[in-house]
Amino acid sequence: MAAEDVRRATTRISHEIVEKQAGTDGLVLIGIQRRGVPLAHRIAQAILEHEGVAVPVGALDITFYRDDLSLVAQQPIVKGTQIPFDLNGTTVVLVDDVLYTGRTIRAAMDALIDFGRPQAIRLAVLVDRGHRELPIRADHVGKNVPTSREELVKVQLEETDGEDAVEIERLAVLQALADTRP
Amino acid sequence: MTIEAARPEAASSGPLPWHHRHLLDVDVLTRDDLELVMRTADEMRDVLARPIPKVPTLRGTSVTILFYEASTRTRVSFEVAAKNLSADVVNIAAASSSVSKGESLVDTVRTIEALGADMLVMRHSVSGAPYLAAEVFGGSVLNGGDGWHAHPSQALLDLYTLRGALPGGSLEGLKVVILGDALHSRVARSNVWTLTAMGADLWLCGPSTLLRGFDAWASRGAAGRRFTVTSDVDAALRDADVVMALRIQRERMASGLLPSLREYAARYGLTRERLRRAKPDVVVMHPGPMNEGVEIAADVATDPRSVITTQVTNGVAVRMALLYLLAGARDGGSGR
Repeated sequence: MAAEDVRRATTRISHEIVEKQAGTDGLVLIGIQRRGVPLAHRIAQAILEHEGVAVPVGALDITFYRDDLSLVAQQPIVKGTQIPFDLNGTTVVLVDDVLYTGRTIRAAMDALIDFGRPQAIRLAVLVDRGHRELPIRADHVGKNVPTSREELVKVQLEETDGEDAVEIERLAVLQALADTRP
Repeated sequence: MTIEAARPEAASSGPLPWHHRHLLDVDVLTRDDLELVMRTADEMRDVLARPIPKVPTLRGTSVTILFYEASTRTRVSFEVAAKNLSADVVNIAAASSSVSKGESLVDTVRTIEALGADMLVMRHSVSGAPYLAAEVFGGSVLNGGDGWHAHPSQALLDLYTLRGALPGGSLEGLKVVILGDALHSRVARSNVWTLTAMGADLWLCGPSTLLRGFDAWASRGAAGRRFTVTSDVDAALRDADVVMALRIQRERMASGLLPSLREYAARYGLTRERLRRAKPDVVVMHPGPMNEGVEIAADVATDPRSVITTQVTNGVAVRMALLYLLAGARDGGSGR
């Protein structure tokens, strides 16, 4: 996906979200750290442009809720949760860059529920790459990208990486292994 | 590589990760390590401010708290911290355990490990005891205070409290005075490391009998640590940005070090009068428990410039940060 594709996908998702909610009442967007946060802000900006309504945007850090602390240990920096509004009775749209195993979303829902009782939680992702390990699906998807587990979906956003792009790479180690085979 | 595959950026961002399995002293912590503890404690304080101040991070991790010495705030705040992270907590007071039947420290630690402990928080009256425990214990050991040697979690919560209390949050070049019984104080020894690491102009002040050894340390500038040692309380307090009063540790004190508590209070006690020499917005600290009227006057302890109760509150957030970081670094982390 090039920068233009990312922009179109974000705009389409913003329309879908409003359509599904039949308006913007009770709607809040919460981005999952890190790249879900700028994506949530972009969707909110798009909603502002076509609906004239500023939807509240929050940020959610799921580090404390992961089921794989030993993996987190290699980068234990927590990046901050900011939810400066009441979640009770709202429709929360969780926003993330890539949907893969579903474990991040599982952790995010656990985290959200500690902050209040939303009326509904929905999920919007830029890329769905398949390989779910949990019964979780996205309500709004920018692009479905069939991948193998040996591949890496690399999402870059201007806010965090300087440019917008989605690329698929072979994992370096596996690539090296494949190269050595006859 | 199942989950992180979708988030490759994490590997390259931020400072070096935490790699200490035990926390026995603060002397091994770099400035980056200290910053990481402070930043993690910020996040923990946000957790504590939530309606439900509890996260599932250490679910399934068993934390044993083994104290051979009396304690209120350290023991309770470690317990609260572990419970806020959803760990299972076992409390052992040495007096009511098999220790009173003569079981050695090593055997006690082996027993605790055999009973399934992943992390051990211990306090012991002998300096260095946690190092012995760390040699036999398969999990992480946190030193909750050993003899006169070290009290890492206290020094870290002091640092955290200071950063919150000081405008700009920086200690660089600020005059910090530790006043009182440094000789018997593990808090003072640990604070020397952390405060000088953060660039404070550190002064230790007290009767010369209670500063023994520190002047040699200060003049050698061991490990690049430079600080001033003096018995002149007026010189020490002049234009101080921070004053930390230390408890006179009567239980550890050999006779002859002080003529009397009354004389100590008269010459070195932190009173309003004396505090006037410091900067008007001086920050007053005390690691507790206080002997009011001895090392600190009651009206100073409750002065608006005192952060003594904040120290206690911050103790929980800092200890949550430590448990979290150590659990993550545990050898072959179980990931539970």
